[in-house]
Amino acid sequence: MSPITLFLIAVGLGLIGWLAGRAKAWSFQKENPDVRPAARPVYYAWYVAVWVIVPVLAFAVAWSLIAPQLIMQSVLASPAAEVLPSFGFEREAWIAEARAVATGNAVGVFNEEAAALVEPFREAIGRYNLIGIAITILIAFAGGAWSFLRVKPDFRARTKVERTVMTVLLLASLVAILTTFGIVASLVFETVRFFGMVSPIDFLFGTFWAPDPMSNPANPDGSRYGAIPLFWGTILIGAIIAMIVAIPLGLMSAVYLTQYADPRLRAWIKPALEILAGVPTVVYGYFAALTIAPAIRDAAVAVGISGASTESALAAGVVMGVMIIPFVSSMADDAMAAVPGAMRDGSLAMGATQSETIKRVLFPAALPGIVAGIMLAVSRAIGETMIVVMAASPAANLTANPLEPMSTVTVQIVKLLTGEQTTEHPATLSAFALGFVLFVVTLVLNIIALRVVKRFREAYE
Amino acid sequence: MSNAVNTSSLGPTRTDAFAKRLKQRYTAERRFRALGMGAIVFSVSVLVFLLGNMLINGIGGFQRAEVEVTIDFPASGLSGDVASLSAPSAIQTLEMQGLDQIVAFYAEKQLGTDGAAEVSRDAWRDVAAELQADPTLIGRTEAFNLAASSNLAAGLAGEGSPEMQALAQRLVSEGRLAKNWDSGFLTRSDATSPQQVGIWGALKGSIFTMIVTFVLAFPIGVLAALYLEEYAPKNRWTELIEVSINNLAAVPSIIFGLLGLAVFLTLFPNLRSAPLIGGMTLALMTMPVIVISGRNAIKAVPPSIRDGALAVGASPVQVVFHHVLPLALPGMLTGTIIGMARALGETAPLLLIGMRAFVATPPDGFTSPATVLPMQIFLWSDEIDRGFVERTSAAIIVLLLFLMLMNGLAIYLRNKFEKTW
Repeated sequence: MSPITLFLIAVGLGLIGWLAGRAKAWSFQKENPDVRPAARPVYYAWYVAVWVIVPVLAFAVAWSLIAPQLIMQSVLASPAAEVLPSFGFEREAWIAEARAVATGNAVGVFNEEAAALVEPFREAIGRYNLIGIAITILIAFAGGAWSFLRVKPDFRARTKVERTVMTVLLLASLVAILTTFGIVASLVFETVRFFGMVSPIDFLFGTFWAPDPMSNPANPDGSRYGAIPLFWGTILIGAIIAMIVAIPLGLMSAVYLTQYADPRLRAWIKPALEILAGVPTVVYGYFAALTIAPAIRDAAVAVGISGASTESALAAGVVMGVMIIPFVSSMADDAMAAVPGAMRDGSLAMGATQSETIKRVLFPAALPGIVAGIMLAVSRAIGETMIVVMAASPAANLTANPLEPMSTVTVQIVKLLTGEQTTEHPATLSAFALGFVLFVVTLVLNIIALRVVKRFREAYE
Repeated sequence: MSNAVNTSSLGPTRTDAFAKRLKQRYTAERRFRALGMGAIVFSVSVLVFLLGNMLINGIGGFQRAEVEVTIDFPASGLSGDVASLSAPSAIQTLEMQGLDQIVAFYAEKQLGTDGAAEVSRDAWRDVAAELQADPTLIGRTEAFNLAASSNLAAGLAGEGSPEMQALAQRLVSEGRLAKNWDSGFLTRSDATSPQQVGIWGALKGSIFTMIVTFVLAFPIGVLAALYLEEYAPKNRWTELIEVSINNLAAVPSIIFGLLGLAVFLTLFPNLRSAPLIGGMTLALMTMPVIVISGRNAIKAVPPSIRDGALAVGASPVQVVFHHVLPLALPGMLTGTIIGMARALGETAPLLLIGMRAFVATPPDGFTSPATVLPMQIFLWSDEIDRGFVERTSAAIIVLLLFLMLMNGLAIYLRNKFEKTW
């Protein structure tokens, strides 16, 4: 039985409970108009509905975990299961095929032997579906009856319902913690496994990166897992080249838009910059790989630089910088808007020109905010994936020449996890170690930046 | 007279050095201003170049090279009647009756042997589909525009081998080859030949994925925002929740892909590359954005409304659900649409959870293998074939149109419901 069916059954039964609760509440109001009930009828209705829906959903979750195993056991206990090989890949494959046919996900079996299992499967699934529905209705009836009997004029249904609402709200906000915990747990777990195979020192300080997913997983060559070239490539593309493009252009755009531009012009330019920020990164990547990278290579060859590549760090970095411009610009905009107008007016009143005011008063006052914005921009650039996957190189290369191919952490994560792989191989696990490093670095950058922004904002209030 | 004496005793205000300095300062001012203007001009021209580039390339992607073949059905020996053609199995029936050979025969008759070889191998399927749509065709002679092979398409575009170019020129002069509007681009799915591809499969996958993302992220995000802004006590736990939400909003998207790979695919190994898993992963990514924008929307509701409701005896839950939430909802929707637009364009996390597979049939549910629009763009960008470049740009145009529609909707909602109290 699919979870969606169970969910729909729960909602349907809940609706019945809701209507029953409301009807009863109305009836005692009508029977005895002098006694004022403790809550309005709709709260009694919700009270009954909650008592139906919550137990049923809890059962549905449990049942969707237990039922497949019960079905499995009953199929294996049937005489038809005797043809199965006792263990191994074939056994799993046959069972999976028979299940697919029985549930209607496949029309026929590939292995003839599996055909015998289809009937037992179908029968077991049908039986346990019936049992599941029976228990569901039983639970719904029990919960509904118990709560229905408590619906009396002096029963304070509203407080009970509101307590449930608060619990739901709290659970919703806990999802954020659960997600963070899930990220950290999955990254740490796999990273620890990786470091059990390859020493962290080799990984963090080695200068040669060439994991081979086809090598013997039991005996990894630690010297092939040196991530320094990747860290360097990430820094060069995301933190140096992209920022050389994004910081001056972003800052000057913000200055022009906030200090000089005519409001009518601003009304057009600001949305245009927002479009630039809203373009998906895969489009930037396509643009970088097909238009910018060949142009840069041709330009380099034309001025006589040999060894220029179409997968140069420069192309990926420049396009990434363009992507970051609106981000830097809006952060600088905010930071400068936070500077009190009196400081600007004072400078202008002293006879300073507008640019002098901006350079000597506005910028220094807004500097912490601007720096924080740049840190956020760097953190975004080093975590950016699609542009580098499409425009940078898959081969790690430790060089200072931006025209040469270079790889980044995110490129390697994608490369290692999209090929043929087994979860046990150090090459696969190294992707999680790289992800962990990326997570920690961006986290630190974000935390510092958010702190700086917070302190800076408070300084003028 | 006395005025002149006074000023001269203070010294001249405008010495040469002063005038020079002032001029320098004004020059610097103009230079600075020009720099600002230059930055804007650069950013806008990059945008124009990017969009223009996609548009010029992409227009060709909505067309395809088609050859005209006239088929005389009554003479062809096809024995289908109208009823059997409207049955779902009509394609198999037609294949058994040799429709592919009939199409090849007429193509050879009209295009010559070298031309017939350049009709796409699957072209008879299009003929079969048209027969199915309009069974009365079987009694008529009808001209069909059939997809040309990739080689002939390249020849028409002035590329490819000299023979193909010559053949393309000959067919064009006979009026049998032309670049036509390809309505099938929006209704077909991925294929191996640029002449046969379409984006419907990816679009459908995107829609399914977005539905899952919305259904999960919107309620959770709105409820979390309500809790944090209206009820949460100030303590360590709520601070931890706030910090994790702010951090999640800034975590690189690929990390969510790693989470999806390690957690969701371990829990549901046979749902690899399904919209359900993709949507769940994107929902975790979108949820913090919704919470943050939702909290701002709630903050904008004036306290007097809460106080008024409390004063007439509403409980805190009633205050929020009857008064604050309806007033804050438009603002929350704006943030949600922006978050969804970001999720729609996202590729990296989906890459890791296996949505990069070649999927030639549109997904028929939340659990069947699918690909999404940005992923289709990424997959096609790997094909160096000239036809795929145009197709990729066309797919990008469709994606950008969707994004602009969503952002336009967000702006409309913001303007329509913007209130000042």
